[in-house]
Amino acid sequence: MNRFLLMGSREPTEGESARDLYEIAADLKKQGNEVALFLVQNGVLPARKGARAEALDRLATMGVQLLADDFSLRERGITDRRPAVQAVSIDSVIDRMLEGWKVIWN
Amino acid sequence: MDAPTLTFLMMDPPYESARSTTALRLVDAAIRKGCNVNVFAYEGAVSLSFAKQAPHANTVHGRDAQQEDHPNPKDWIAALIAAAEKGGRKLDWVNCGLCIDERGVAEAVPGVRRGSPADFWKFVESSKNTLVIPTR
Repeated sequence: MNRFLLMGSREPTEGESARDLYEIAADLKKQGNEVALFLVQNGVLPARKGARAEALDRLATMGVQLLADDFSLRERGITDRRPAVQAVSIDSVIDRMLEGWKVIWN
Repeated sequence: MDAPTLTFLMMDPPYESARSTTALRLVDAAIRKGCNVNVFAYEGAVSLSFAKQAPHANTVHGRDAQQEDHPNPKDWIAALIAAAEKGGRKLDWVNCGLCIDERGVAEAVPGVRRGSPADFWKFVESSKNTLVIPTR
């Protein structure tokens, strides 16, 4: 089992790449890996409670850890998050890098 | 025990994308956590450390350059290099030489050096982990 941290910097309405990233996260999880999705920049927009981003909820149900950069949330005035998303500092990316997680930016 | 080293590769030019800001935030976080940090700036990212960046006024808002206090990434990079030194660590920032020549941005802030993609390979080999932040 490997550990993957996927950095999602785009929102799904920007194009296919964010949706592709969600699919990659799901596939990696199905293959038995530990997977976390770190939302940053506009990638945090679907973390808003009420945003049409059921794919995120599905990932959470599968066991993918959903993290959102607290700075990006504050920049965008997002205070009400969907329950599955945890606000964390960017330090958590460094922590995982030091723990040997494979970190992939999208 | 030696401090761990992390490597980041950046590709975005300054003043274009939030990715540059996030990348510098990651470097800052790594330094604060006691890491040595390598940065390989590729393509447009070689302009991030260009020493001739200048603050400017904002005539629309009626502010002069000092009032506007426009942030320039070269200052952030210099501050990160200083912060690493203060903590007994090193931020080794290498700009791709061919990318510098293409863009005419050879004058970088102190502490930034010229190199080649071979340096990136060496960085990866000697680091605990590497994050590539692509333009697309």
